[in-house]
Amino acid sequence: MDLMDTVNPTTGRVVVVGGGMVARRLVDALRARDEEGRWAITVLAEEPRAPYDRVALTSYFSGRDPEDLELGDPGLWDDPLVTLRRSDTVVSVDRDARTVTTARGAVFPYDHLVLATGSYAAVPPVPGKDLRGAFVYRTIDDVADLRGYVESLRDRLDRPVRGAVVGGGLLGLEAAGALQALGVASTVVEFAPRLMPIQVDEGGGEALRRLIEQLGVTVRTGAATARIVGRQGVVSRMEFTEGRPLDVDVVIFAVGVRPRDELARACGLPVGERGGVVVDATCRTEDRAVWAVGEVANIEGRCLGLVAPGYTMAEIVVDRILGGEGTFPGADLSTKLKLLGVDVASFGDAFAAAPGSLEVVVSDPVAGVYKKLVMSDDAKTLRGGILVGDASAYAALRPMVGRPLGGDPMAYLLPEGTGATPEGELPDEATVCSCNAVTAGRVRCAVREDGCTDVAGVSACTRAGTSCGSCLPLVKRLVTTELTRSGITVSTALCEHFELSRAQLFDVVRVQGLTTFSEIVARHGRGRGCDICKPVIASILASLDTGHILDGEQATLQDTNDHVLANLQKDGSYSVVPRIPGGEVTPEGLIAIGKVAKDFGLYTKITGGQRIDLFGARIEQLPAIWRRLVDAGFESGHAYGKALRTVKSCVGSTWCRFGVQDSVALAIALELRYRGLRSPHKLKLGVSGCARECAEARGKDVGVIATESGWNLYVGGNGGFTPRHAVLLAEDLDTPTLVSAIDRFLMYYVRTADRLQRTAAWVADHEGGVEAIRAVILEDSLGIRADLDAAMERHVEAYEDEWAAVLADPEKLRRFGSFVNAPETADPSLAYVPERGQVRPATPRERESRSVLVAGTTLEVRR
Amino acid sequence: MTVELSAPAHDAPELSVAPEPETWAAVCAVEEILPERGVAALLGDIQVAIFRTHDGVLFATTNRDPYSGAMVMSRGIVGTRGAAPTVASPMHKQVFDLRDGRCLDAMGQAAVGLMTYAVAECGGVVHVGLPGRNPGS
Ligand SMILES: Cc1cc2nc3c(=O)[nH]c(=O)nc-3n(C[C@H](O)[C@H](O)[C@H](O)COP(=O)(O)OP(=O)(O)OC[C@H]3O[C@@H](n4cnc5c(N)ncnc54)[C@H](O)[C@@H]3O)c2cc1C
Ligand code: FES
Repeated sequence: MDLMDTVNPTTGRVVVVGGGMVARRLVDALRARDEEGRWAITVLAEEPRAPYDRVALTSYFSGRDPEDLELGDPGLWDDPLVTLRRSDTVVSVDRDARTVTTARGAVFPYDHLVLATGSYAAVPPVPGKDLRGAFVYRTIDDVADLRGYVESLRDRLDRPVRGAVVGGGLLGLEAAGALQALGVASTVVEFAPRLMPIQVDEGGGEALRRLIEQLGVTVRTGAATARIVGRQGVVSRMEFTEGRPLDVDVVIFAVGVRPRDELARACGLPVGERGGVVVDATCRTEDRAVWAVGEVANIEGRCLGLVAPGYTMAEIVVDRILGGEGTFPGADLSTKLKLLGVDVASFGDAFAAAPGSLEVVVSDPVAGVYKKLVMSDDAKTLRGGILVGDASAYAALRPMVGRPLGGDPMAYLLPEGTGATPEGELPDEATVCSCNAVTAGRVRCAVREDGCTDVAGVSACTRAGTSCGSCLPLVKRLVTTELTRSGITVSTALCEHFELSRAQLFDVVRVQGLTTFSEIVARHGRGRGCDICKPVIASILASLDTGHILDGEQATLQDTNDHVLANLQKDGSYSVVPRIPGGEVTPEGLIAIGKVAKDFGLYTKITGGQRIDLFGARIEQLPAIWRRLVDAGFESGHAYGKALRTVKSCVGSTWCRFGVQDSVALAIALELRYRGLRSPHKLKLGVSGCARECAEARGKDVGVIATESGWNLYVGGNGGFTPRHAVLLAEDLDTPTLVSAIDRFLMYYVRTADRLQRTAAWVADHEGGVEAIRAVILEDSLGIRADLDAAMERHVEAYEDEWAAVLADPEKLRRFGSFVNAPETADPSLAYVPERGQVRPATPRERESRSVLVAGTTLEVRR
Repeated sequence: MTVELSAPAHDAPELSVAPEPETWAAVCAVEEILPERGVAALLGDIQVAIFRTHDGVLFATTNRDPYSGAMVMSRGIVGTRGAAPTVASPMHKQVFDLRDGRCLDAMGQAAVGLMTYAVAECGGVVHVGLPGRNPGS
């Protein structure tokens, strides 16, 4: 009897055990394809969070929050037909009653049960494996625990933390890279005679070993762990069956995975010899109501430890539940190591297992490159390959497996840029993104028919590139080719007045030495500009230090904020923010600010950038307020501008028990250096005096964190709408090197970013990402370093306080009149009510009942 | 105060919402308005925003931004959209045609226009025409 016939189609219940990546895909697919809503789906998940991107787990160390690992749209879980139960483990399955029971005692009846329980991280049975300091590497909780442990050791020990990773496969190397990034001196211990024995051959293993050692990781191959020795319950040493023991503080087991098939075993479903729930090519178990997908499924006689085949299985089960005929097409086990600076990929028949294969090998030990292609015996059809040291050809080669390469295979193995790389056309049916089973044809169609005009759009529409990301270079190439072919030119025009992008405009203005909007629009644009291009040009001119922003025609380009050097608030009044470099202020300074606020009746609030914001200033009061502030030694804080805002700091080594460097002094020096620098968007910096990071520097465009021996420099962070952590640009810099690296980073950004593009997006969009930016800044790969340095020098020299300059110029002061015919009359529409001892703008309702209103200020305006 | 006027320097806008002015108020010298910028004027209890475009043409609208209710229109950026002279609200960037106050870009909200006023230059002095009332200046 087929279950499909007996189920009441309106009340079908699908229960999924396990809330991992494959479960998420299954829910996505079911909700996308079950258009009539015939099936309700319940996901029972042991982990305390919604399914997340396990493949990207390691990025948790480079500062991503757990939320950044979210898979797809979280709105899925609000779907009324979808239930997600977290932090509850399924403990038994009753196949006769068709129910599952959880550890918390809930019982769920099912029509279809899908086992998606994934794997355990395997732990070898060595003595000492349960000591504190021994970890596995599978879940967010695992890595969070590991990170916390390493950080606490780092604070306690006065020597570097030492770590070992057991297992030199894909996962082990990724874990070793993560340890290294946490500042742990690490050793990889591999039982086999080479690293990544499953993916690469001997030649590749040699090249790989050298690359790993270049990262500072010690490699021990052919070594079997005998036991882990503890002291006071924590890991302290590893001993091997042969050779010297190793002193360690942290051990990570990355020796492989074991399918979590315990539920299937307990309810009598067949499991494979080496574990895994046995399923047929439709992912069904012996019980027609029970399916298994992902790592727990034993399909074609084995379990598959990659996400792509798991996703395929999820699609098949959904197809079958909905009455389709899908079967498993076989798995593509191509992989690429996700470790910064170590390029390794292996695809297709990498070991030339098929009879009659030819191997084409390029090996360059000096450059650390080993590449091999496995071809059919006539050297025409690609069967597989191994790329170590330079896997740039991976994305293009993988889809060609099983197809004629067209041309000399050797050409694919030469370094990129030697002009030899053939630009073969991928057939439409070639899989470009194996994680998500997206073909070249689908990508082309997304451009041609779905109207996608960039990689981000295509990814959102097809899912290509949304998992491991290794296919993105290829997706990008396909998208660009297809766009050109369809005659779509991607517009980078600023607005209707300028065809140029901000970066292009910056260049022409700089190179041609233009200094006025009228000149620029006459030569490169049309019309008289708008609220988009005028502030951009104002900002470009200001970045090029062409004088005071309110000089002559430049004044007309400014937003009201820049025009009156204050921040417009919702009722038409302004706020005033004096600069407090590094957040350091004297008691006299505080009193002066307090007196100004009191005399002008301003609402006072401390900002997130460690300074003080004074609200409710009327336009005609601004000069008087600033006269007082300038007299007290304050300067403009540029809170109104797309410019450097603040350099936030913690108190640092002068006072703090933990501080290792003087973060306040550096923050002040940086703020004074970059004050007044106009940029495509606001800029915030932070300096922390130790790794505790109290200044939250990694949430800033430029973050500096003290180390014992200098400063680590992070770039591209921000808070706001889409928070991002800054990424590491350089380590252990001395102060002059740090400052010049920041100089160049900022200038390069100022010159090349798009309008309103913050550094995070700019870094992400930059061709080649942060590595390419690092090359520009530290290695001068574009040959513009001297130019950037000179530009920053000019900026530093040309700086003047904008407010002091305004106060000294009667012409500029005139524009602060409230009314042209009554310059000192307050805007009669402003109205305030008291709240917690200060004022705030009255709401429309309060305005109607006029009684509650208070006067905004108490001091006569002196002009 | 009533003055003799030369014809406005621009074509009369089709959609003008202001009726024929009954009183004209002298506001300021024309040089007090920078080209491509606006000023606010207080005429009795009416707040008017007066703009001067690149080619010297004057426009006047209410100073009230219909979207935020704040008296800020005079502080917006003056520019063009196609052939239309425009001002953008400094608050949330809605764009208005200066000739008739029509909203050209409502930034995703319902379009609400600006009230416009007649304005003219006479002997270097800017005058604004107010409908049916005495501005009392
Ligand atoms: C660090 C790391 C890097 C990786 N990199 C890659 C890569 O680059 N490419 C690639 O293809 N693959 C990679 N993988 C493997 C990939 O993550 C897995 O193949 C994929 O997550 C498998 O998905 P799944 O849904 O089958 O299992 P999982 O994602 O493991 O999900 C199973 C879930 O079920 C839960 N569960 C188990 N039993 C029960 C129960 N009885 N009741 C309730 N819940 C239960 C578990 O807690 C778990 O949350 C990597 C894995 C790791 C750990
Ligand atoms: S191949 Fe992994 S995301 Fe495309």
